[in-house]
Formats: sequence, C-alpha cells, structure tokens
Amino acid sequence: MTTSKKTKRLKKNDNLVGYGFMAPALIIFAVFLFIPIFFAIFVSFTDWNGISPFRQAGSYQFVGFENYYNLLIKQGIRQKDFYNSLKNTIYYALGVVPAQTFFALILAVIVNQKWLRRKGLFRTAFYFPSVSSSVVISLIFMWMFGKGGIVNISLSTLFPTYDPITWLNDSRGVFHQILALFGVTRATAGDWVNTRLATLTLWDWISGPSVTMLLIMILNTWTTIGSMMIIYLAALQDIPEQMREAASIDGATSLQIFRKITIPLLTPATFFVVTLGLISTFQVFDQIFVMTSGGPAKTTMTIAYGVYQNGFRNSDMGLAAASAFVLFVIIFIFTLIQRQFLKETLD
Amino acid sequence: MLLYTILITVALLEFVPFLLTVSNSFKCLPAVQSNPQALIPFPPFGVNCRLPNGASLPASATSTPITFNPSLEGYQKILQFNLGRWFLNSIIYSVGVTILRLIIDSLAGYALARIRFFGNRVLFFIILGTMMIPGIVLVIPRFLILKELGLLNTYQGLILSLAADAFGIFLMKQFFESIPKEIEEAAFIDGANRLTLFFKVVLPMATPAITALAIFSFQGTWNAFLDPLIIIGGKAELFNLPLGLALLRGQFGDTLEWNVFLAGSVITTIPLALVFFFFQRYFVQGISYSGLKG
Repeated sequence: MTTSKKTKRLKKNDNLVGYGFMAPALIIFAVFLFIPIFFAIFVSFTDWNGISPFRQAGSYQFVGFENYYNLLIKQGIRQKDFYNSLKNTIYYALGVVPAQTFFALILAVIVNQKWLRRKGLFRTAFYFPSVSSSVVISLIFMWMFGKGGIVNISLSTLFPTYDPITWLNDSRGVFHQILALFGVTRATAGDWVNTRLATLTLWDWISGPSVTMLLIMILNTWTTIGSMMIIYLAALQDIPEQMREAASIDGATSLQIFRKITIPLLTPATFFVVTLGLISTFQVFDQIFVMTSGGPAKTTMTIAYGVYQNGFRNSDMGLAAASAFVLFVIIFIFTLIQRQFLKETLD
Repeated sequence: MLLYTILITVALLEFVPFLLTVSNSFKCLPAVQSNPQALIPFPPFGVNCRLPNGASLPASATSTPITFNPSLEGYQKILQFNLGRWFLNSIIYSVGVTILRLIIDSLAGYALARIRFFGNRVLFFIILGTMMIPGIVLVIPRFLILKELGLLNTYQGLILSLAADAFGIFLMKQFFESIPKEIEEAAFIDGANRLTLFFKVVLPMATPAITALAIFSFQGTWNAFLDPLIIIGGKAELFNLPLGLALLRGQFGDTLEWNVFLAGSVITTIPLALVFFFFQRYFVQGISYSGLKG
C-alpha cells in the first residue's frame, strides 16, 4: 500500500520534472516548428502574396485545392515548371545519392584497414569539404569551372583536342549527348519521343541532367563523401574483427568477406547514409542560388529553388507552400522506397 | 599500393581546391585570370602586379604562365563591402545559437533519456520526425510568424529559429542513455533533486557529447544560408558571411573579380578550419554517438 503510494507520488513528480526539463525545447519547437507546419498547410490553401499583413482582412482568399491543382494537373506554365523542376531534382538525387554512398563506403573500408598509416591525415582531407560553407564551395567551383578556369586549362593541357566546355552555361542534357554519340537524336528516335507525359515530352524526360546540373552534382558528391565516410567508419569499427578473421580462416577471399559479411552488417549505416542523402539532395538550394539561379534554360531549376522563387520573388506564397508540401511527400515516398529496396536486396 | 594511390588521389582532389583558393586570393586580378594554377605567388616565381609608375597591371598584360608577386588587393576590396560586420554577425549568430542549443538540447535529451514522464516516447518520435521535414517547407511559415512577432530582420529572430534543433536533442539523449544509471541513482538516494543532480553529476559526465554538440551547432550556424536569406535577408547590416557573399555575387552578375571573392571565401573558412583542426576528433565522436551505436 505504502510503496504504491510512494511510486504514484514519484510518478506524478516525474511528469512535472519531465515537462520542466522539456519546456524550453517544447516552446521553441512549438513556435518555430509545430505551429509553422500547420501554418504552412493553411497557407497552401490560400492565395496569400507574402507581402500584405496576414491578419489584415482581405489580404488573402481561401482557394481550396487550387494551388495543388495548378501545380500538378492544370495545363499551363506552372504545371510545366513544376514537372521540369521535379525532373531536374530527381536526376540530381538519383545521381548524387548512389555516387556519394558508393565512394564513401569504398573510402571508409580502405581507411579502416589496419595496416594503413596516416589515417588521421586522410580522414581530415576527406572530411574538410563537408565542414565548409556551401556558399564558399559554390564560389570555388564557379571559379574553377569557369570558361577560362583552372579545370578547362588543365583539361586542355592533358588533352590537346579538348574543346572547352562552358560548365556553368550548358543546358544540353547529358543523356541526350550520350544518345547522340550512337546517332540517336530527337529526329531519328521515332515518334514515341514526342508523346507527352505530364506536359513534358518523353524526349524531355529522358534528357538526363544538363551539363551545368552535372557540375552541381559533382560538387555535391565531392562535398559530402567525407561526412558519409565518417558515418561508415563509425559503423565499421563496431564490426568485431573476429568475424572477418573466422571467415578468412574458412578460406573466404577478402572480396567475399566484403560482400557477404561487411556489407550486410553495414545495412543500418547504409540506410542512414541514403536517407540523409535523399533528404538533402531533394532540397538542393544553396548551390543553385549562388551558381545558376535555375539556369541555363531552367535546367538547374529544382523544386526547393522554385519554392523560393514563387514565394519570395513572384509573391505567390500559396503556390510556394503547396509545392513545398508536394516536395515533402516526394521525399517521404522516396525514403520508404529505398527502405524497401535495401531490405529486399539484402534478404 | 593501389589502395594508397586511390587514397592519395582522392585526398588531393578534395584538398587542392582549397590550396588553390588560398593562393589565388593573394594574387592580383590579372594573375588569377591568366595563371590560376600557380600555387606559389612568391618570388622567384613572381613578377610585379604593379607597373613601374604604380598603376596596376592590366588583365591583358600577360598570358604567359608566370606567377605574380603576392597582392592583398582581393582582401582590401572585400573588406570595403562590410565584410568585417558580416564576420562579427556570423560570430554573434553562431555563439548565440550554440549556447541556446546546449541548454535546450541537454535538458530535453536528459528528460527523454531518464525521466519517465507521460508522453515521453511519443514526444521523442515527434521530435525525431521533424528531422524529415525539409527546411524549405518551414521557411515560409517561419517568415510569417517572425513577421507577426516583429522579429523579421533582427538578431533574435534568426537565433531563436535556429535554436530548434532535433538532431541535438537526439544526440544528447543517445549519450545520456549510454551513461550507467547507478551513478545517478546513488546521488538520488542522497537526497539531491533532479536539477542539482543534472548540473552537478550528469552534465560533467557529458562533456564529450556537449563538445560535439557545440561544434556541430557552431559549424551549422556559421554555414547557414537559407534561414538567414529569408529571416535577415532584408537588412545588409545583419547578414552573416555566406549570405553576404552570395548576395554580393548576385550584385556582381557575370563579371566576378575572383581574387575578391576568393579572399572572402578564405575569410569565411578560416574560423571553421581552426575549429575543425582543434576539435576534429569530436566531429567523429559526435557522429558515432548519434545513433548508429544506439
């Protein structure tokens, strides 16, 4: 009887103390995260322009699903811009995420070797870019990849036949370029390429990222390999050495050990790395802002940059909020898909 | 041997751009344009950036691959654009956000790890779930709320909105869970209340996690771009370094004076480089606290 009373009082006390400790976090989260989310949902159903005071009567109209409709279904420039930026964003994410995961894993496995000396030095060199400011890195890449920049100078020295690429202003699709090498162009590919799917022709959909977008993809991969590698390293250090040793005594080659033991044991880390990668690549913004503003020919226009342009440049907050939510849903779906995919390939 | 070759190649690819940035930030404009690949802008490799009559060398003066004497032209010019003020602002934001996050995140992380209050698990998953929400979804309503609160284009506005940080709470919770309970329980029986216990016993044990959190917060805030753009983008005196540089780049359009921007990049990167080289192992530790082992 007395003990249960005592625990009861302690429990009651725990509630008070618990929420006391949580209070600062809850207040900040409420004002800057929870309430904003509901606000954003609300704004996405209005035609608010972002300028006139929200509480003032008549500053916005409730428009229902119109913003979502304009974005996704109704034929017009908004729909076209949205699907174009969706295409660019997907190419971006599906290019960068596998690349950064693959390189990070390889580097981590190499750096984790016992015989390797100067580990710290390599780790530092790999990791430093991901500590730096995205704006600074974008500026450095703009400089290096300029028309007469150091990359073109180096390539011209190495390959005398190299015709300098204007990396920052080249809207040609990379897949289109590759197809052209095999003689496939829009004219020769057949009629099916002119079929329209969500306002864009199939030929547009299969363009691949533009050369300029490819540059930003390289930049992003280059920047993030280091931090992803650190995540893998932390996970690798948790794999007991005996497991690999036992396998090697049983006659497994190091490649077999890598494929059958290391990779499966790294699945949680891979899930983490790929999820982080998807979330950040789908939101790519800073690099676009600094380097291209969405150009050339809208080929680096991404959904996140479109949200900014619609909301803060074209004074259409309702549309911007709606596209931000569509982006959220897309990220969510892709995260679920990759989870399922990782599970299946491993089982 | 092959593995060493791979590692060294990648390390060079990752690091040489920074070396080139530093060396070119000390060149005059014609030197940056005609000879960016030269790493050492010093005699005997160099020629003068100034003509004998004191005027600066025109960009067309030479296209031969020779280097130039070091020049502070880039640094002098970028400092005329209020860079000093932006630097100070960056420090104010980073220190402010870091202090707030340390307090908020360690209190909340401790409560979630150790105190069995009603709704503990649910709150934890809600907070964790907010990490999935893209920053771009939040900037629109944050803009709206800060506008209503009169905090748009203020220091407080940016610092408070960056203080909400699910990752930090998660990190602290994971760390507190790894500390043996017995130590606290002993002190608890001695009659210490939760708050004394927290400050006198728990926090001192959490120094590594707190250091990691402080570094992540400082670095994240120092590099912040999207939130500053929306929240303080209307007032040049409030810019942080990345925002200042990015908007300056917009003003210049397509004719960037690269030594100026490279100098700005170097100034922006130096504080981070210092933090990084002194606290490197905490970056690595911080990542391993944050869940993979939990």
